Amino acid sequence: MQQHDDRHHDHEHEHAHEGSALPEIALRVKALESILTEKGYIDPAAIDAIVETYETKIGPRNGARVVAKAWRDPAYLDRLRTDATAAIAELGFTGRQGEHMVAVENTPDRHNLVVCTLCSCYPWSVLGLPPVWYKAAPYRSKAVIDPRGVLADFGITLPAGTEIRVWDSTAELRYLVIPLRPVGTAGWSEERLATLVTRDSMIGTGLALAAGGA
Amino acid sequence: MNGAQDLGGMMGFGPVQPEPNEPVFHADWEKRALGMTLCASALGEWNLDISRHSRESLHPADYLSSSYYEIWIKGLIKLLAARGLVSAEELEAGRKLVAPRPTARSPLPPADVPAALARGGPTERPVAREPRFAVGDRVKTRNIHPTGHTRLPRYARGKLGIVERCQGGYVFPDSNAHQKGEDPQWVYSVVFAGTELWGEAADPLLTVAIDCWEPYLEPTA
Repeated sequence: MQQHDDRHHDHEHEHAHEGSALPEIALRVKALESILTEKGYIDPAAIDAIVETYETKIGPRNGARVVAKAWRDPAYLDRLRTDATAAIAELGFTGRQGEHMVAVENTPDRHNLVVCTLCSCYPWSVLGLPPVWYKAAPYRSKAVIDPRGVLADFGITLPAGTEIRVWDSTAELRYLVIPLRPVGTAGWSEERLATLVTRDSMIGTGLALAAGGA
Repeated sequence: MNGAQDLGGMMGFGPVQPEPNEPVFHADWEKRALGMTLCASALGEWNLDISRHSRESLHPADYLSSSYYEIWIKGLIKLLAARGLVSAEELEAGRKLVAPRPTARSPLPPADVPAALARGGPTERPVAREPRFAVGDRVKTRNIHPTGHTRLPRYARGKLGIVERCQGGYVFPDSNAHQKGEDPQWVYSVVFAGTELWGEAADPLLTVAIDCWEPYLEPTA
């Protein structure tokens, strides 16, 4: 699968038709939306509302709040271990592609990595829409057979002797990685801790940022 | 089905290419593709598993040379045509040629979008039978190659693993994707050693967990 969509821009002259500068897929999507609207099957304003939700309301900041709270609050971490869906819902994060959540914790001995080899399953309610690389063939093919190679692609090397557990999201459970809390953050507020939690650290292709860097 | 979607363990795609400061969408058509896919599924004419099967049934060469939103749109176009909602002729003409028909559910009103997204589509269901397996059980995945939809990846078929968690009962995709009912089954997180999946040369510190519906598993001594 293509990792980037820039091929459409590279080849837009080949695909352009009737003087339009839009690539073929964009024209097809436009035609489809106009037919669905004309036939009364969809309301384009509903599409706008969906797009706005994932552009402005639902994204990795949600997950960062979950992680920061779990780092600070042992009772919350316990609830996250017992019923992650309910614990995450306490913060108001529910819904599509987050209906059944599982939190997996990194430890000094074990690193967790999440993938969906069969499609692009991803915990939308806490991380938003997946990045292109998560949905593309290089990641989906390599994560289960060579996760350390994948981490190297992200510039990450784990200490020797660290176990790697890969979670292939084959069913409707959606996985959120709780990265290791960086050293030097004792006494930090949840809000400040959340600034160290990157999207990739919650997928397992990254680590939380070091305290000095935030 | 043994289609191009089943990518685990394939080689030759090159390194993963993270994109610094990646935008949520890379083009306007991607926004419309996402929203349209969700709005069309809200019509209730198909379920999640049917959508996935429509995408994975693309020709492997087409699947592998398409971006993910392209795959979504190609899958959606097939479903709309199969259900008689939008024909190939209409798509070609770019306008309505046939009168619309009533759909299972009415179109999603914009005002209902926040509630619909917050509700999602839970697939956990009660299962009448007791779970066949318990945490700690050694199990073997079945060596199956169905021509229809399945969520047991090829790399994990016929492999020995250990049940780590019972995750509850869920709609069974192998049935639900073919309109044979939800047929809820217990789902287990089964853990496999890297060496069991990939042979002796595998990373000895790798384990892979896969969520398996009960019919994918058989007991082992």
